[in-house]
Amino acid sequence: MKWRKSGDRRSYSDKVFDIVNLLIMIMLLVVFIWPLWFVVIASFSDPNQVWLGNVVLWPKGFTLVSYEELLKYERIWIGYANTIFYTVVGTLVNLIMTVCGAYPLSRKDFMPRHFVMVLLLITMYFSGGLIPTYLVVSKLGLINTRWAMIIPGAMSVYNMIVTRTYFMNSIPPSLQEAATLDGASSFQYLVRVVLPLSKPILAVIGLYYAVGHWNDFYSALIYIYDENLLPLQSFLRDILMSTKLTLNNTSSMDMATVAAKAQLAQTLKYSVIIVSTVPVLCIYPFIQKYFVKGVMIGSVKG
Amino acid sequence: MITQKKKESSGVRLLKNIKKHWILYLMITPVVLYYVIFSYVPMYGVLLAFKDYQIKKGILGSPWVGFEHFQRFFSAYDFERLLMNTIGLSVYGMLAGFPIPIIFALMLNYLRHTKLKKVIQMVSYAPYFISTVVICGMITIFMSQDSSIFNVFRGFFGLEPVNFLAKAEWFKHIYVWSGIWQGMGWSSIIYISALAGVDYEMHEAAIVDGATKIQRMIHVDLPSIKPTILMLLILQMGGLLGVGFEKVYLLQNSLNRSAASVISTYVYEVGLIHSDYGYSTAVGLFNSVISLILVVGSNQLSKKFAGESLF
Repeated sequence: MKWRKSGDRRSYSDKVFDIVNLLIMIMLLVVFIWPLWFVVIASFSDPNQVWLGNVVLWPKGFTLVSYEELLKYERIWIGYANTIFYTVVGTLVNLIMTVCGAYPLSRKDFMPRHFVMVLLLITMYFSGGLIPTYLVVSKLGLINTRWAMIIPGAMSVYNMIVTRTYFMNSIPPSLQEAATLDGASSFQYLVRVVLPLSKPILAVIGLYYAVGHWNDFYSALIYIYDENLLPLQSFLRDILMSTKLTLNNTSSMDMATVAAKAQLAQTLKYSVIIVSTVPVLCIYPFIQKYFVKGVMIGSVKG
Repeated sequence: MITQKKKESSGVRLLKNIKKHWILYLMITPVVLYYVIFSYVPMYGVLLAFKDYQIKKGILGSPWVGFEHFQRFFSAYDFERLLMNTIGLSVYGMLAGFPIPIIFALMLNYLRHTKLKKVIQMVSYAPYFISTVVICGMITIFMSQDSSIFNVFRGFFGLEPVNFLAKAEWFKHIYVWSGIWQGMGWSSIIYISALAGVDYEMHEAAIVDGATKIQRMIHVDLPSIKPTILMLLILQMGGLLGVGFEKVYLLQNSLNRSAASVISTYVYEVGLIHSDYGYSTAVGLFNSVISLILVVGSNQLSKKFAGESLF
């Protein structure tokens, strides 16, 4: 009897906890989703309705006018093409460099392993800073070239350590012995055995790098000034952060047209966010589990 | 055999190693070169901080000025403000941003609806992948317009709309809480997985003893994930002065400037906008040295008091 009583009391306190917990979680869900949802519905709504603050849960006065306006914006599409280039080439360079670092460092029979490791680890904790790095990039003649978006960020020590940890922990050492007995060189072993077995980690690291390139704004701010080379994020910044509206010939327009133009410029912000973020968020649900896996492997002390 | 091997000097052994594994050395070469050129040469370039840099003379040829740049920075009229803003933003960001993912993970761990749990996890990670530019654009949309959600809300209570981004006193809250919105899901992943590894027998024992879920959280879960928490705490301590440049820079405007300028934006301004290379390098060096001290210091503290350390 006594046991059951205490059991009941416990479940009561836990029941309250469960309900409160559920409510807080649902509230959080709304906090995460709503801002993103608002941008989506605002981009499809009548600019005037958005302006008035009437768009809350569903699009009001469905229209594609802001997307049509966006299509006319040539600069965005130049930026889009540039970003695709930087993402594809940059990620490829990143992956090659990361494997070139991770594989030798994962081999116990590679003598300068510890020395190189320390050399790379130091760079995680101390850097020369903005100007000394800028001067190096400038001395190499990379300023205002496409390479400035790719070379200075050719790899990250963190991702290299994650990859190395995977090579060391997830690939049985016996495979190497077998390969050596079969007369395979280190390189053949890497290409035929290690890399195919490492597809999951390479996918994760590749996606980390790719998202980094897609979202990179900093490199262009520091190294690029030619408009034809600027990535999408630079143009995005111009559209999103500008408070002044680009109005031509305002004098020849009546007040209503000016207001309509201002509202359109505002909704352009929503559609441009959608167009630039959709590629990342579209692939996101499919690769989400890999991202999580990557964090897990990375958290193992290297 | 063994004694013979020992006699070989390390140089000979290295040569043999290179001969045998030349492919590994070939692979590592571009990596080492990359770090020498893009990390170690700039570290040498830190000498600029003690020099009056003249482009024609190069780093070595430029005359020494000792600690002149540092003195100039410490006596600059906005030195105190920059330092306080930097420390303020990061301390606030850490005090609020560090515990929240832990609490979030703990609560999510006790959520009974598996499907809802999965949905919340997926949705909470998503903002992490949105670019800083877009996040700042969204902040502008939600914070500065008369018809934005916060102002509509204020309207309900008969309050005047506020352009939050134009108010210096709002800046730190906007900065910190938007950061939490963007990062809390992602930061919680590591805790969620640590929680999944907690021995269930301990929970069973606690249940038998009549512990409620909250008691189990505090007495079973928290102690079990303490190593993970400490490790991440050390990592974050090191970043205390490394307030992200991009977000502050993007949210900065002429009205909130007094709150929205930090050391990293100052380094950019004096360095790349005003081309004051030596001075900018000195300010940047000041920042990295303090960060380094913080990492090493918090690592030592953690080693001493909790027996956990990164290195």
